[in-house]
Formats: sequence, structure tokens, C-alpha cells
Amino acid sequence: MIYLQLFYTFFKIGLFGFGGGYGMLSLIQAEVVTNHEWMTAGEFTDIVAVSQMTPGPIGINAATYVGYTATGSFWGSVIATFAVVLPSFILMLTISKFFLKYQKHPVIEAVFKGLRPGIVGLLASAVLVLMTTENFGSPQTDLYTFLVSSTLFVGVFIASKVYKVNPILLIVICGVMGFILY
Amino acid sequence: MIPLIENEIVTKRQWIKKEEFLDLLAISQTAPGVMAINIAIFIGYRLRKVKGSLFATLGVVMPSFVIILTIAMFFHSFKENPVVEKIFKGIRPGVVALIAAPTFNMAKMARINRYTIWIPVVSALLIWLLDLSPIWIIVVAGTGGFLWGKYVKKSI
Repeated sequence: MIYLQLFYTFFKIGLFGFGGGYGMLSLIQAEVVTNHEWMTAGEFTDIVAVSQMTPGPIGINAATYVGYTATGSFWGSVIATFAVVLPSFILMLTISKFFLKYQKHPVIEAVFKGLRPGIVGLLASAVLVLMTTENFGSPQTDLYTFLVSSTLFVGVFIASKVYKVNPILLIVICGVMGFILY
Repeated sequence: MIPLIENEIVTKRQWIKKEEFLDLLAISQTAPGVMAINIAIFIGYRLRKVKGSLFATLGVVMPSFVIILTIAMFFHSFKENPVVEKIFKGIRPGVVALIAAPTFNMAKMARINRYTIWIPVVSALLIWLLDLSPIWIIVVAGTGGFLWGKYVKKSI
């Protein structure tokens, strides 16, 4: 049963995963964290961290990781990863076969005109959903953690947005800061 | 990852031409799913039909699969380790910031202005506060764009 659920869930993620890795992020989170509770928001953040540091795409990484942790078996990974790739496979084969230059079609252009702002919203929601006490601590019960986390958040945001510092370097710095400060 | 792919399949192996690669890039970005995989499926098909697609996909998925499976198998056993715990406690807010930063870059690319800013704001709030599935946002936003192009744009 869990295998069927995994397959169905990651097939959906593959099918509706518009907007690249970041666009997919909120979809994965909604299904895996909010809907099925296969992992906590904190664990999900850890997986995003791992995906930032390894070359693979987040869609595949999440499927492989969740497939294993939800079932405790290698086959869970295989099924989830297969399911997330399958919609691409069907779609891209169809496109290759007919090689429609469909991205310049006015209908597709109109659809994407609506889709793009929606994907920005998806990404913003991913940020909001991940701002949990598990990831940031809470000002009432754990003020020190909350202050350190907020400082790291603001620091990394500015370093990445304004100074375009390499994300891997930023993650390593955060890890070292965590080790020193906690 | 894109420069890496381009270097391998256009420059080194010359499986497709540069202009064709740019078209392929646009298609892979437009289609749902993981972009690198979409590219692999297309190139595989061009060279050896469905069999080529299968092997190209397998090749591009395998490294991630092996790395992440290994991590998944052993991560929980040393996650309880106090040093690892401290490190990840520092990393988590940083990762959230690394997702927040591209949100603004994407807003710029989507040419969000004061007339369209409500779309991402309302979408994000619906997902965040009401647990609405992002799939609904995608379906409604896409349909909205389609209707806009069909009825509004023509009347202007």
C-alpha cells in the first residue's frame, strides 16, 4: 500500500513540477511533509541542504530519500524515483516524436504568463512553511536558538541575494557556526 | 548543470547542434519535471529512440540515486550525534534563506509588477495558511493565463 502511495505521490510531483527545482520544492513539501507526514519540516530542510551540496536535482534526491525513509527499503527509493521520472519520460518522448516547437505557440505562451507568477508564489510558500520552530527555535522557549537562527537567516539571505556567494560555501559556514555557537 | 550538459553533448560529443540545444533547453524548461532528465530523454531518443532515452535517463539519475540512498541509509544513525545535530541546527535557517533569495530573482524574471503582485502573494498565503495543494495553484494559474490570452489580450 505504501508503495502505491509513494508511486502516486511522486508521479503527481513529476507531472505538476513546473518551474525547475525550486518550483518543485513546494510541491514535494506539500505532499511529503504536510499531506503524508513522511518527514518533518526539519528533515525536509536537511534534504534540501544535502541537495544543495550534491550535484543531483532536488526532485530526484527527495524521491530517493523519501522512498527509503518511508518504507525502510531500497525498493521504496526505486519506486519513488521511477515515479517522479515517468511523467517526463512520457511527455518528452511525445515531444521528441513530433518535435513540436510548442514553446513558441501563443497558447503555451499565454499559459506560462499565468504560470510564472504562480510559481513565484509556490516558492514563497516553501519559505513560509519552512519557518517552523523546528528550524528556527522559538522566541518564547528557546530565545538563544531563535536569535542565532534569525541572524544566520538574514546573513545568508544577504550574502546570497546581494553578493551572490556560492551556496555550498554558505552552508558550510552555517554548519561551522552551528558547531561553535550551540 | 546546464553548461556541463552543453559542454558534453554539444561541444565534446557533437550529438546535437548549438541552435538545436537552445530549442531543447527551452522545451525542457517549459515541460514539467527535472530539467536535466528532460534533456537526457530527448537526446537519448534522437540517438537511439526509446532504448536510448531509457539509458540516458538511467545514466543521469544513477549518481544522485546512489549518493542519496547511501545518505538515507546512514543519516539517521549519526543524526543523533550531538556534533552533527549542532551542525544541522546551524544549517537549517541558512537553507531556508537560500530558498528565499531565488524567490525574488524569480519574481524579477516573471516580470511581477504592481498589477500582478497579488498572484504570488495570494498563492503563497493559500498554501501556507490553508494547506492548499500547490497543484491547484498551478492548474488555476495556467488556466487563468490561457483565458487571459484567449479573451482579454485579443480585445485590447
